[in-house]
Amino acid sequence: MSVRKTKYEMPEQDPKERIHNFKEVPYGYSKETAIEEAKRCLQCKNKPCMKGCPVEIDIPGFISCIASGDFEKAAEVIKAKNNLPAVSGRVCPYESQCEGECTIKKIGEPVGIGRLERFIADYERVKGAKIPQKVTSSEKKVAVVGAGPAGLTCAGDLAKMGHTVTVFEALHGPGGVLMYGIPEFRLPKKIVNAEVDYIKKLGVDIRYDMVIGKTITVEELFKEYDAVFVGTGAGLPNWLNIPGENLDGVYSANEFLTRINLMRAYEFPTYDTPIKMGKIVATFGAGNVAMDCARTALRLGAEKSYILYRRTEAEMPARIEEIHHAKQEGVEFKLLTNPLRFIGDVQGHLVEVEYQKMQLGEPDDSGRRRPVPIPGSEEKIHIDTALIAIGQSPNPLIPKSMKGLTLGKHGNIVTDDDGKTSIPGLFAGGDIATGAATVILAMGAGKRAARTIDAYVKAKK
Amino acid sequence: MYKIIEKKVLSENVKQMTIQAPLVAGKAQPGQFIILRIDEKGERIPLTIADFDRKSGTITIIFLEVGKTTQQLGTLNVGDVIENFVGPLGMPSEVKKYGTVVCIGGGVGIAPLYPVVKALREAGNYVISILGAKTQNLLILEKEIQLYSNEFYITTDDGSKGQKGFVSDVLKQVIDKKGTINMVMAIGPIIMMKVVSDVTRKYNIKTLVSLNPIMIDGTGMCGGCRVSVDGKTKFACVDGPEFDGLKVDYDNLMLRNRRFVHEEGAACKLVGVVQ
Ligand SMILES: Cc1cc2nc3c(=O)[nH]c(=O)nc-3n(C[C@H](O)[C@H](O)[C@H](O)COP(=O)(O)OP(=O)(O)OC[C@H]3O[C@@H](n4cnc5c(N)ncnc54)[C@H](O)[C@@H]3O)c2cc1C
Ligand code: FES
Repeated sequence: MSVRKTKYEMPEQDPKERIHNFKEVPYGYSKETAIEEAKRCLQCKNKPCMKGCPVEIDIPGFISCIASGDFEKAAEVIKAKNNLPAVSGRVCPYESQCEGECTIKKIGEPVGIGRLERFIADYERVKGAKIPQKVTSSEKKVAVVGAGPAGLTCAGDLAKMGHTVTVFEALHGPGGVLMYGIPEFRLPKKIVNAEVDYIKKLGVDIRYDMVIGKTITVEELFKEYDAVFVGTGAGLPNWLNIPGENLDGVYSANEFLTRINLMRAYEFPTYDTPIKMGKIVATFGAGNVAMDCARTALRLGAEKSYILYRRTEAEMPARIEEIHHAKQEGVEFKLLTNPLRFIGDVQGHLVEVEYQKMQLGEPDDSGRRRPVPIPGSEEKIHIDTALIAIGQSPNPLIPKSMKGLTLGKHGNIVTDDDGKTSIPGLFAGGDIATGAATVILAMGAGKRAARTIDAYVKAKK
Repeated sequence: MYKIIEKKVLSENVKQMTIQAPLVAGKAQPGQFIILRIDEKGERIPLTIADFDRKSGTITIIFLEVGKTTQQLGTLNVGDVIENFVGPLGMPSEVKKYGTVVCIGGGVGIAPLYPVVKALREAGNYVISILGAKTQNLLILEKEIQLYSNEFYITTDDGSKGQKGFVSDVLKQVIDKKGTINMVMAIGPIIMMKVVSDVTRKYNIKTLVSLNPIMIDGTGMCGGCRVSVDGKTKFACVDGPEFDGLKVDYDNLMLRNRRFVHEEGAACKLVGVVQ
């Protein structure tokens, strides 16, 4: 029997409709489609896809359960390794993870592993997730700083191992970027909340309004806990550092998205946090964050939503699906453009951006061809809102407040592969260690650190 | 949840509340601030810590009812709770022995000035305080600040109390009379801090100001609170709120603080608040 060369389509909201609402774009597979898609899996003996999975899910295992219609078993297989499958099933860049390794890729599209993971996670959530039986308490206490995917994964795994875990979160809610960064139409907040509830049911206690380094110091945590895991993310926004960046109308992607997602400014004035949206919006950058900004702007009524990027589409770091959705929704890409300055009116409101056209030159260190300016190619366009989405750096709050902690050149906490830092008992993982990366890498780091911490606290007298 | 255990009306539209927040009180230092969110639908707003008591585990905040959130806060009473109250945030004031210092507070800016005055006096400084307000009724914490001041002046715009005029007028007189002033600390409306800095710049006196930009997280994540100091972008919530007054771009701060005036106006209309 020959294998179908393309993935089964996942139905989604019509682009014309969805740019007027914040509802999720894809609807997910039906049971029938999920089973058909699962049957495309060749069940390779050497399981190449698993090499691409930082949280070590038995991928052929759960897919064969789906193929035979045993969805509950499939959920068990996934949950054995992944505490947040409804999240990773939506935002993971599968193309460069598991699906990138799929054997069928040689002849066509890989198995829709991400779509299947999502299907199972949603199936289980609706039915009510099974909570694994509590193991006997180890009498060891671990503090986890930051309730993003790294912290939540680490906390969940440690709780499953029998440790008492408390998560300390600076904001008033859990999830980190999942809550404040990634928009509702891509990752509904009630789904994040449901996954967090699962972590809590494993016995994890989450405390909010706790800025570690300010409200409580890491040193103080050590007095009460046997080990500390830091998963404070890459919250610090990067700037273009060009004139006019402080004008009214220029936002960091983080401010824009936080107002809208965490503070629900799109439901202003029911919610108190405002957002001021212009009609002509330009987003700078071409990663997931940039796509989220440009697509959110449309939903808030922007008439034009541009993406300005220095390189070409081939170099865009965003997930393929995000670029595809952005295009469908009418986001206009101005590629090979480099902003030079923002121009304001007399009152200081943004009215224009001046940029320069670029061309691709020699490859740089990353192997990508370096964009070089074309002399005399300066142009201006009228814009009233600018969203800067050119990356984030590690949050400096904890790194700065700790003596003896080895830091990398971007202010990241240096760890080994298992999450150990230069301070005994202190572990770290996720964006704070790697710089801005992905949800799944943060989860993988949290998972490996949990194993290291388990060994560390057990060895500790 | 954080309980309100005391509430006072200090002047028209200015209220004082003492909140039970032991962890915040345990760490609070003069110059730092908190961020609060009243309820699930609320916005996050920063308020400078006006006083703290480590023993009773309380933080005192003083606020002017200007927008939707502060108006709503003003309607809460003793026994009510605030959903989120996080801190202490920002860097503490640079409290040390400078010699002779002038502490200037304008309007509700007098509130955050109080713990700084107290700390500077306790650090052995000769403290000259100048408080300014539009009119007598809007003056707050006079007695408290006077208690910790070696010299004490009041100005009101309408002359209803103290000298008629602005704090900067008295500042000039004080500088001329004293000769050496080692440091000037100013907290108040942006325009006041700007004018004070214009005066101290002429005499080349070290000047510290405490800035109050719009904030969300208070952890350096959003960049909404950015201010331009000496041509560089700083985040007031982690690098500040205190900055070198001679180097702050006040005009940009004024502009950025008016970013949501229109929207804020709409929210106020809905709850029947007059701006
Ligand atoms: C808009 C946006 C879209 C993205 N889209 C994708 C995507 O589609 N796919 C993908 O894989 N990745 C995506 N990413 C990247 C991904 O979200 C991050 O790599 C991931 O969230 C990192 O997880 P983390 O746990 O390390 O940190 P975070 O998610 O940043 O969580 C850190 C948490 O720590 C808290 N914290 C910080 N400092 C302190 C402190 N001192 N004390 C207590 N708590 C503290 C923070 O408030 C936060 O809650 C996106 C990122 C953004 C911003
Ligand atoms: S308030 Fe968000 S960075 Fe300062």
